[in-house]
Amino acid sequence: MTTSSSSPGGLAPRPGAAPRSRILAAQTGAEIRMTLRNGEQLLLTLVIPVLLLVGLSHLPADVVGHSPAIDAVTPGILALAVISTAFTGLAIATGFERRYGVLTLLGATPLGRSGLLVAKTLGVLAVEVAQVALIAVVAWLLGWQPVGSVPAAVVLLVLGTAAFASLGLLLAGTLRAEATLAVANGLYLLLIAVGGVVIPAGRLPATVEPLVSLLPSAALGQGLRDVLLHGESLPLGSVAVLLVWTAIGGVAASRTFRWS
Amino acid sequence: MSANAGSRTDRRPAADPCAGLPRLASVTSPDAVVLEELRISYGATVALDGLSFAVPAGGVTALLGPNGAGKTSTVEICEGYRRPDSGRVRVWGLDPQRDGAALRSRVGVMLQDGGIYASARALPMLRHLASFYADPLDVDDLAARLGLDSVRATYRRMSGGEKQRLALACAVVGRPDLVFLDEPSAGMDPQTRLAAWDLVEQLRRDGVTVVLTTHLMDEAERLADRVVIVDHGRVVAEGSPAGLTAGLEVLTFGATPGLDLAGLSARLPAGSTVLETRPGHYRVEGDVGPATLSAIGEWCSTHGVLPRELTTGRRSLEDVFLDLTGRELRP
Repeated sequence: MTTSSSSPGGLAPRPGAAPRSRILAAQTGAEIRMTLRNGEQLLLTLVIPVLLLVGLSHLPADVVGHSPAIDAVTPGILALAVISTAFTGLAIATGFERRYGVLTLLGATPLGRSGLLVAKTLGVLAVEVAQVALIAVVAWLLGWQPVGSVPAAVVLLVLGTAAFASLGLLLAGTLRAEATLAVANGLYLLLIAVGGVVIPAGRLPATVEPLVSLLPSAALGQGLRDVLLHGESLPLGSVAVLLVWTAIGGVAASRTFRWS
Repeated sequence: MSANAGSRTDRRPAADPCAGLPRLASVTSPDAVVLEELRISYGATVALDGLSFAVPAGGVTALLGPNGAGKTSTVEICEGYRRPDSGRVRVWGLDPQRDGAALRSRVGVMLQDGGIYASARALPMLRHLASFYADPLDVDDLAARLGLDSVRATYRRMSGGEKQRLALACAVVGRPDLVFLDEPSAGMDPQTRLAAWDLVEQLRRDGVTVVLTTHLMDEAERLADRVVIVDHGRVVAEGSPAGLTAGLEVLTFGATPGLDLAGLSARLPAGSTVLETRPGHYRVEGDVGPATLSAIGEWCSTHGVLPRELTTGRRSLEDVFLDLTGRELRP
């Protein structure tokens, strides 16, 4: 046996935490790697959005309601990318980590619960940067010509991330892991279809339109279309809806979240 | 492994269970853990009902108790995962709730349900956790000690023993001075258990304070300097394994079933009792001495009974435990 110190068994205590920045960098890196190595997560965060982007961009202009179609479709796909990572991906991963005691164990290391939340946030944002870059490049190859303010679009993407991450954590911290998996995937599909993400709420039946436009998905999708398709300045209605959902989800999650 | 091979078979001296313990830590530090009058209920279930004990710095303390006795609740309160309804907790003099950040870098934790990513492999997981600490153990060396160096499977595909060894490695990789192990050898095969026990004994020799929960008597007898027996949320006994079993001699023998216990009992010296634990298995407890032996011999000779496998000895920790916690099955 090799001994790594002067103590007989080489296990003498030398407690001490690594620098905070190193801990957070290590955990953020781990979060990103786990997302990118997980087949289902990649399907959700990259494959489905890109396939939808390519598919919908070939729809006739009168179906999409705009020509070229790619200009109308891309903002919605960016919104979908945020939902897939900040909501569905985050909820499922966190739900299973809670079930297997990972949250408990990591909470007892120098990372701590707050560090874990910071790393998860940074991990989600990093994956979103990759998603947005990929979607933007594919859309550009398909002829996308965005107008409007990039900072306004970034504000919407960040607010959408906050709203969906708080709702994702609300699911993960209260439901069983299998239920979180089912609900998070189900809502993802439902929001694609009728959540005003890709298909504007205004094109849905008039009876559901007012309800759908209050959803965070519609606020994010429509807000991004307002900015990137119509060249409007930061749409305050969308901002307000996303902030309200962030507050609802955040307060509910922080009150109900069970770490184990 | 020559340095460890001896300790595997050596019995600790009965007279002084602390012999050979590094004393330095206990001189310079307060008690590692102090629990006073802890109470916690989950709904109508009272899990801890005024539990108090202290864990001295250095050495191995075993928390022994039947299922549902409150062992895991106690450990979770020490780790800061749970807040007791009332009572006082100090770990290295600090409050785990308030001073969690200061304790997290020096307390290692092994959970009953692992706490490891399902997709993680052993060495990358250990390296990842090691990166949280200023001066962690050498990961390759630690993995080799626990036989994890050749494990290639992801956590979800590991055997029960591999999972337990990885969880144990995760608890110690940051060079903590206090380690909580919740049921460390649950589900381990005999080889794995020996490797885990070996590591605990090395931790102890290197001055790490170890608190482990178990319901395995041999684990407590083999590893612990101090045993705290918990039942119904209270401490029912505490002391060294030798101290807990001292002064309580037993004599057992086998014979034909259905001996006249009342008649035998009348011949025994005062202060001892005899019972038939299973058909044909007899057990004399209490003030067992040479006179007891000769009284049994006389009675047997008068009644034409040949005792087989007659042995005398100290009561086992299991006897003490079952006497204190009862023999009825727990839910």
